[in-house]
Amino acid sequence: MKSKLAIAAMLAAGLALPASAQDKIKLVDVIELSGAGATAGTNFKNGADLAVADINAKGGILGKQVEIVHYDSQTNPGNTRAAVQRGIDEGAYAILGPVFSGPIAASMQISQRAETAQIVAGEAAGFTKQGNPYIFRTSLSQAAAMPKIAKYLKDTVKAGSVAVVWVNNDFGKGGRDAILPELEKAGIKVAVDVATEQGQADFAADAIKVKNSNADAVFVYLNEEESARFLRAAKQQGITKPMIGETTLLGAKVLELAGDAANGVRGHVGLSTDAPIPALQEFGKRYREKYGFASDHNGIKGYMAVHMVKWATEKQKKIDRKGLADTLRGATIKASEEPGILMDTVIEQNGDLDRESFLAEVIDGKQVINTTLPRIKP
Amino acid sequence: MAEFTAYLIAGIATGAIYALAAIGFTLVWQTSQTINFAQGEFVMLPAVLVLLAVKLFGAPLWLGALIGIFAFILIFGAGFKLVVVDPMIRHGVLPLAIATMALSIIMKEGAKDGFSAEAQNFPSFVPTSTIEVFGAAISLQHLTIIACAFAVIGALQWFVGGTRLGRQMQATAQNPTVARILGIPVERMVLLTFVINAALAVVASVLISPIYLAKFSNGEVIGLFAFIAAIVGGFNQVRGALVGGLVVGVIDSLAAAYISSSYRLAVPLVLLVVIILLKPEGLMGRKEERRV
Amino acid sequence: MSAPATTNDLSRPRGRALPGLIDGTLVTLLLGAAILWFAPVGMGRYGTYVLSLWLVMSIAVMGLNLTLGYAGLKSLAQAAFMGLGAYTTALLTTKLGVSWYAAFALSGLLTFAVGIVLGFPALRVKAHYLAFVTLAFSTLIWLILRNEQWLTGGVFGISNINRPDFFGIKLFGALEFHRFVVAVTLILAVAQWWLIRSPWGRAFTALRENPIRAASLGIDTRAYTLLAFAIGSAYAGFAGALYAPLVEFIDPSPFSLSQSFFLLLMVVAGGAGYLLGPFVGALLGVVLPEWLRFAGSLYLIIFASIVLLLLIACPQGVSGLLERGWTKLTGRRGGTR
Repeated sequence: MKSKLAIAAMLAAGLALPASAQDKIKLVDVIELSGAGATAGTNFKNGADLAVADINAKGGILGKQVEIVHYDSQTNPGNTRAAVQRGIDEGAYAILGPVFSGPIAASMQISQRAETAQIVAGEAAGFTKQGNPYIFRTSLSQAAAMPKIAKYLKDTVKAGSVAVVWVNNDFGKGGRDAILPELEKAGIKVAVDVATEQGQADFAADAIKVKNSNADAVFVYLNEEESARFLRAAKQQGITKPMIGETTLLGAKVLELAGDAANGVRGHVGLSTDAPIPALQEFGKRYREKYGFASDHNGIKGYMAVHMVKWATEKQKKIDRKGLADTLRGATIKASEEPGILMDTVIEQNGDLDRESFLAEVIDGKQVINTTLPRIKP
Repeated sequence: MAEFTAYLIAGIATGAIYALAAIGFTLVWQTSQTINFAQGEFVMLPAVLVLLAVKLFGAPLWLGALIGIFAFILIFGAGFKLVVVDPMIRHGVLPLAIATMALSIIMKEGAKDGFSAEAQNFPSFVPTSTIEVFGAAISLQHLTIIACAFAVIGALQWFVGGTRLGRQMQATAQNPTVARILGIPVERMVLLTFVINAALAVVASVLISPIYLAKFSNGEVIGLFAFIAAIVGGFNQVRGALVGGLVVGVIDSLAAAYISSSYRLAVPLVLLVVIILLKPEGLMGRKEERRV
Repeated sequence: MSAPATTNDLSRPRGRALPGLIDGTLVTLLLGAAILWFAPVGMGRYGTYVLSLWLVMSIAVMGLNLTLGYAGLKSLAQAAFMGLGAYTTALLTTKLGVSWYAAFALSGLLTFAVGIVLGFPALRVKAHYLAFVTLAFSTLIWLILRNEQWLTGGVFGISNINRPDFFGIKLFGALEFHRFVVAVTLILAVAQWWLIRSPWGRAFTALRENPIRAASLGIDTRAYTLLAFAIGSAYAGFAGALYAPLVEFIDPSPFSLSQSFFLLLMVVAGGAGYLLGPFVGALLGVVLPEWLRFAGSLYLIIFASIVLLLLIACPQGVSGLLERGWTKLTGRRGGTR
């Protein structure tokens, strides 16, 4: 009984939160630092840290220093909800993250109830369609990216049939569900639809399946290391058809891991440190110097998320939590006004983004951008 | 037919990976009734340690490999046995199994925080080229893994059956009390199996990581499949791990090809249940009499 | 795989070792519930939510404790059963508009029935193989939850799960719902307290201590093992039925195999076979990591190290440690040592 009391006392002490300091702007980053999303989450965290360091070095936002704390979501909805609630209780000015759509869906009502902006890294189409005015993306959604891929497959690759290889998690399934109707609209046949598991031991069977389908092109939508391993397995099985991807497949990590198996890979890139935009390249360089590896698109998203907060706060000229979300909604952030946003970004009313994107090809282990695509609604 | 052969060969190659990881399961189970839920992490970590040694000390690869491997065998062979297993073994299987679960979290998180959250390339000492077997492409890396899995099982069988030390080890596994009466240093024998287990994990890690990449989370999948393979093959037979691994690998590959790729994981598990109901001791396992 | 050298050491007779504990346990439960009723005042919604989550997980762990700690059966599917309960409740309440109370009962009933169907063939072979069959079952359930998007929402889950009313009182707020969870947890804990003391409970314990002797004493071992497993699974179903409205969103990830392992960890670390063990175990598994967040990125390593050291120092878990301390303090020798 005594122990129970002691436990209760300990609990109360452990879970009661210190009053937050008012002289700093507090950002709470709830992000996947363990579990299936750890790689993406770590990139996002690093990007956000880099942004905070940059902003503080230049005197902060409206003269106040920015403080950022990172809470691990464990890629688990229940834990994410706890962490977002904790951030809100601690008086977070804005919530950053998470990346995976399950954790986003489990936590977005919390920030909505607290009228706090939540700037996430998710690309799945669903969560901006629920009428939550406090959710914001940091990248194009799959619903925006996939039509570009379908158009590319039809007009540039001239593929009549495509093998679709996807990872069976919210990222891959979301992408697959978004591309299939686009392919149908473009009159492209799906030769084979291959689901793979995250962390799967070997991709030989999948590569054989793709090879036997005799598709004109292969659309690969997997997480980074699985992308690399699939490319290698495809090379071993002698697949010579064009490999088409969206952002991840042409990411720096995939190119590093896949080696020459990545040569010839083509596709659409939403965010890339190799894009022909000096600010992005500069960011990529500094990220690599600080963390020792190349940033993927999630690192860029983390950097942008913090700068979205900075831009909106300076725009409204006050630290107003609800006003932050109101300012972001429907805003156009120009890189000329706020260099930290890296590229011109239009935020739609539902939190979706519209911005330029790129078509790229991998040549000699390097991502080469050959076309810059305009915004969807110029 | 050529298609089927291709799937079969891909399955055997993957199965050899599972088998290599599963051997350790059966080995430590036999001598000390330890279920090591960190087995997957045991296979993940050596490659990470090698890369870490290279990164930290700027050592050349061979030296990094030596440091990493030596440190691993010392800590996770002998250290694991002395620090974790010894104090807990007499309290039954479960607390120890749970402790290995906690150990797996430590290893996984340690690799992530101490090394990298991202996958890294691990150099292969086998050329990455492929050859044609019955019209199907298979890489030399995979062939090496298959050969090594067989070689390791063969060597273990020979060691256990053909050497004095090995027979002492077997006696320890079968009946520690009698072995002790016969003057066999039981404790040292058990320690030896743990060191062998760690060494096998190193072999598996070095062979698998060039294909599977070195990443902190790799142990999860490898550990699960190795566990399934060990059950299917028979926990109390080292060669059961080989058979179990190959069966699971081939079934997995064929399931992905011919059944449904989103349910491919289910097929080996259904097989597992069927085997448990029909031949509970596993495909290659011995029946054990009920102890009262 | 042979039977382990039985889990006898895990499972000494409780109760008799601590005279008066039987009533003490009940008093502790009631007092604990009273404390928890008021504890969240001034704690903020985060603290309240974590306390609620702790209690919900405690229910699942309580079920597993019955299966493992009292009946000695290793189940690796407790999280999957929790998932069955959570999805049943979520689907019934959001899609069909069924009241939460009916959904709660149906979740328990369903998991109980599935427990019987699953346990029957497995236990026919040997009690030990339940672990493997439940391992397979756990993964199959997870695959179904993920793949059958038309029903379960697949990887995107089910959102906007409503919290129940209590006789017209809306339980929408964190504090109100927390108190509701406290009440449900108390009812389920007292039910288990009663069950353990009943002849059934004694039969479960006899099974764990020595199944063969139990059989020779005329206990229908198979029926009792099956029953213990099914009731333990039903508790997971109840926990799931509370988890869904607590988080207001579910997807397959909290019900994966690794979560089942984690629940097992909580049972053992809390002390298998102690009625209050699950609360301690879930405290370790749910609240400790939250509390350790101040340690930053190393918090999971610290958490796992604490568990590891705890188990090395005391394989009977925290409750075993407390019992040992108590025995020393009172100078009595514990049980059948």
